Amino acid sequence: MNRNIIYFDNAATSWPKPPEIIAAMQNYMQNIGGSPGRSGHRLSIEAARIVFDTREKISQLFNVPDPLRIVLTRNATEALNIAIFGFLKTGDHVITSGMEHNSVMRPLRAMEARGIDITVVSCDSEGILDPVNIVKAIKKNTKAIFITNASNVTGTVMPVSDIGRIAREHGLVLCVDAAQTAGCYPIDVIEMNIDLLAFTGHKALFGPSGTGGLYIREGLEKSIEPICVGGTGSRSEVEVQPDFMPDRFEAGTPNTVGIAGLRAGVEFILSKGVAQIKNKEEKLVQMFIDGVRELPGIILYGQKSMELRTPVVSFNIAGMDPAAVALDLDERFGIMSRSGLHCAPSAHKTIDTYPVGTVRFSFSYFNTEEQIITSIEALQKISKSRI
Amino acid sequence: MNEKPQYSVMLFKAVSYVLKAEKILKKEGLPHKLIPVPKNISSDCGICLRFEPALQSKIEVALLNKVEIEEVRALKE
Repeated sequence: MNRNIIYFDNAATSWPKPPEIIAAMQNYMQNIGGSPGRSGHRLSIEAARIVFDTREKISQLFNVPDPLRIVLTRNATEALNIAIFGFLKTGDHVITSGMEHNSVMRPLRAMEARGIDITVVSCDSEGILDPVNIVKAIKKNTKAIFITNASNVTGTVMPVSDIGRIAREHGLVLCVDAAQTAGCYPIDVIEMNIDLLAFTGHKALFGPSGTGGLYIREGLEKSIEPICVGGTGSRSEVEVQPDFMPDRFEAGTPNTVGIAGLRAGVEFILSKGVAQIKNKEEKLVQMFIDGVRELPGIILYGQKSMELRTPVVSFNIAGMDPAAVALDLDERFGIMSRSGLHCAPSAHKTIDTYPVGTVRFSFSYFNTEEQIITSIEALQKISKSRI
Repeated sequence: MNEKPQYSVMLFKAVSYVLKAEKILKKEGLPHKLIPVPKNISSDCGICLRFEPALQSKIEVALLNKVEIEEVRALKE
């Protein structure tokens, strides 16, 4: 690894990955290589064991009662597309928030054109959602609530448990986008009343890109049409898609090498424990915020509470273009950040940074206090140089 | 003359179900083997569980309410 690089873009994709992930992927490519669930030879069975074991470990992480409730997808976006395109029907009303990523908003807007009614519940300027506003938005034909677990722009964690209770009381389906939380924030699908949980593998779960999944509560799969159908290795004699989990939503050969990496990533998370990971990341966020809060011209976004946020900090330096700040951070200081709208225009409208956006730092378990100090010093220099 | 061992096979919906069953049987210490589904039994391209017929009820109890079994058949040579 290049020691001069400080990687603060973990909310886009995490890096570096634990070495176990690379070893697991290499082991699959070198020694296993078979197609899971297709043939009956030992290498095919070994590949299928990897895939099944991945479902089992993911289930353990999210307290899913049965590993077969986990559909493996190529990312959270595909999982959300299954949940939105497969589940909603013309005439349905859905509720979402003003802090959503385009992975939720674009499929929902596409469904709007097909006769789905959408209410976008506003959040305050720190990105905080008041669950009372969800209750107020419920109509006779409301079918589901689509909500991010935490904003990718501000790190603000949504009151998912409260929303889950509301969904249960009103007989609504709750779909949670856990792209920013899976692996670094506790998730319990039973306790939180989550019916659909979309997650990605390549962020806090430390898997490679091209991995992710969707948890579907028992029985709900019958109300969801697959958006992709084809070979599953099961029911080969029949020319219609199987109706059972997870095959109903898993057509085509899966990304087995990626899944092997994802399994190692989830194993890593389970061995450390989400609480320990969160604790370390919270300290880094606190240290960074304390170090930059007094800098001239700095504007920090998101809520003050460390408890209810992921390791994501958005900021601006007054009078400076966030893209110029990000470029300077990269070229002069070797710090990788992300500037702009972060695929979440409505979140930026909520925190009043649209259309310019912000600079975003997103930390991981592998960042160090030393790196935080270096980044604070870099921002001191950049903020001094502003016109 | 030694008699050829007799086996039964247990069929499931899909390979992931077989693997779920395999994990449970391993834990319970019930001997079994995963084999490709014999073509005289089903045209499915997957795998199934092979076991000694005497173990059938023990296996069924172990999998009860955990893995849905499609069917159990005697394996003919």
